[in-house]
Amino acid sequence: MTTPLVQMKNISLSFGGVRAVDDVSIDLYPGEVVGLLGHNGAGKSTLIKILSGAYKADSGEIWINGKKTEITSPRDARNNSIETIYQTLALADNLDAASNLFLGRELTTPLGFVNDSRQEAETRKIMARLNPNFKKLKEPVSALSGGQRQSVAIARAVYFKARVLIMDEPTAALGVHETKMVADLITELKKQGLGIFLISHDTREMMELCDRVSVMKNGQVVGTERVEDVTEDDILSMIIMGKNPKAAA
Amino acid sequence: MSDQTQSTPAPAAKRNLLKQLELDTRLLGMIGAFLVVCLVFNVWTDGRFLTPRNIFNLTIQTVSVAIMATGMVFVIVTRHIDLSVGALLATCTAVMGMMQTRWLPGVLGLEIGSPLIPWITIGLGLITGAVIGAAQGWLIGYRGIPAFIVTLGGLLVWRNVAWYLTDGQTIGPLDDTYILFGGITGTLGWGLSWIAGGIAALAAAAGIYSARRSRVAHDFPVKPLWAEAIVIALTIGAILGFVAVLNAYELPSRVVARDFAAYGCDTAENCNVAYGIPYSVLLLIAVAIVMTVIATRTRLGRYIFATGGNPDAASLSGINTRLLTVKIFAIVGVLCALGGVVASARLGYHTNDIGTLDELRVIAAAVIGGTALSGGLGTIYGAIFGALIMQSLQSGMAMVGVDAPYQNIVVGAVLVFAVWVDIEYRKRTGAK
Ligand SMILES: Nc1ncnc2c1ncn2[C@@H]1O[C@H](COP(=O)(O)OP(=O)(O)OP(=O)(O)O)[C@@H](O)[C@H]1O
Ligand SMILES: [Mg+2]
Repeated sequence: MTTPLVQMKNISLSFGGVRAVDDVSIDLYPGEVVGLLGHNGAGKSTLIKILSGAYKADSGEIWINGKKTEITSPRDARNNSIETIYQTLALADNLDAASNLFLGRELTTPLGFVNDSRQEAETRKIMARLNPNFKKLKEPVSALSGGQRQSVAIARAVYFKARVLIMDEPTAALGVHETKMVADLITELKKQGLGIFLISHDTREMMELCDRVSVMKNGQVVGTERVEDVTEDDILSMIIMGKNPKAAA
Repeated sequence: MSDQTQSTPAPAAKRNLLKQLELDTRLLGMIGAFLVVCLVFNVWTDGRFLTPRNIFNLTIQTVSVAIMATGMVFVIVTRHIDLSVGALLATCTAVMGMMQTRWLPGVLGLEIGSPLIPWITIGLGLITGAVIGAAQGWLIGYRGIPAFIVTLGGLLVWRNVAWYLTDGQTIGPLDDTYILFGGITGTLGWGLSWIAGGIAALAAAAGIYSARRSRVAHDFPVKPLWAEAIVIALTIGAILGFVAVLNAYELPSRVVARDFAAYGCDTAENCNVAYGIPYSVLLLIAVAIVMTVIATRTRLGRYIFATGGNPDAASLSGINTRLLTVKIFAIVGVLCALGGVVASARLGYHTNDIGTLDELRVIAAAVIGGTALSGGLGTIYGAIFGALIMQSLQSGMAMVGVDAPYQNIVVGAVLVFAVWVDIEYRKRTGAK
């Protein structure tokens, strides 16, 4: 049996009195897409932010490739090849695409200065692959459309060869065409053996893209199912009722 | 909005020309504003404003505030503010004043006039600035106290620490070498000024050329060769023009006549001695270059601007924004000490009220220079131009005999007006 890329074991985190994540265990295998579903405030973003190093869990363990790993900062996550596309796109609006793509991991010249022209060249290369229509390389990303900004965020994850990709509502702000683009990309990355955590409110999309889905409510995982074992209605009722009908049956 | 609009040729030929030159319109705007101020005062003063003598004085009066303003850019870009720069300058000059007149001669037994004194003094002054700045940065970054509060407290604390250190006395006269940084006594003279100007012109031309080469090497779009040539010509012209003006300001003939041999003349007659570029201006240029390189070419600078644009994005990208805050305020502290060297050297003394209200001048210079208080935007050259425009207004009004209270009313109004224009400018260009 293959070792899981990621295992999160009995993770809990409270904000003041709110138990945002309550004893959650979840895992992810190479070449697999695991969907997280649940109402607003269910704790999905908080859970994946623990994995990406933005928050530190109160209790619980994270195992990467079968080894217990401490992830206490975004840098730790990156060092473990975990890349995140945040729900609120974590881009510096005033900088151009290349500066954002390499933010925190700038390419430098031998003298230690930022190598802007190489960064721009690399950005052109990867953008040509991901989004051939992308031309605004010199402009601050505030001048880009939602879809173009999204491709900058995705390019960042792809360029640095993520092994685990976390996508928090990557298509929420996108049009039909761009949504399709992201879906195609997810399928391609999955073929390359990445593990992907995908968060979305669109159950149909999730049924198509994911191998397994976990439903959360009030910080807890209500149930995890392989998509071929359930119908969209099963998922919907899990989200609404907050319990697993199959388990009850 | 769409990608296509970019390639649409501009209809008007004039626009097209400016576009091909790819000149920074904001820089042009500031130069324009500066020229307008100069011309208006020149007419008003019957030509006394644009004399080499006045331009020289204007330049050396601007240096101290301009040096600090380059640091204020980093502070404001990261959405902070520093109200303590004037007071911090005073503490630094108090330390440096006491150091060279009392402590070093008294405690270490260095003789007054010893060549070590100015350098030890300046070194310790810079350390003082860095330590105080870093301490304030720590309170802001690691303890989460708003910069406004920390530096408002700092304003009161450091102003009066300066008073305490000196018992409220004026400290001086300061060391002869030290006061060379003030400007009037410390200048390069005619020949060296031209050499410095020549080197600067060559370096600027080489810089523009090599940037172009690098773009060509990466197959990036470049502007036409003739446009590049015009930009280089304008840059060289500006540098050499500036040197020519400073070299045109000559020592009063009485002063030269007193000791013409020292100036390399055989007779007092026809012995003209030019001031040339003041050391303080060289210091400002060095600061401007270093700060610009930090802002645009280093990770530190990239992180400063990223944090200003989106603090969350910066920290999610693994940037230690707390340590960054400490570094920024330490940089400002060092620049306050440098500004203090220039300011006290120009006066020849440390005085109790040195640097009073400088915090407002420095903030105004940065803001007039296009640094956005909402963070993420600002340039070093803009802040220096901002300082120059403010100082021109102030000296111009003093020359035409406007009373001090009216001067302040005008400067205050100009500050608000400049920011308004800037906001409108951004709306226009942002909507383009
Ligand atoms: N930084 C924070 N401080 C305090 N409470 C927080 C914080 N972040 C999240 N919470 C709380 O934790 C709970 C889970 O929030 P979370 O953002 O994880 O939900 P979500 O499942 O991602 O929802 P959505 O679908 O709306 O994105 C909510 O009750 C929220 O109010
Ligand atoms: Mg969320």
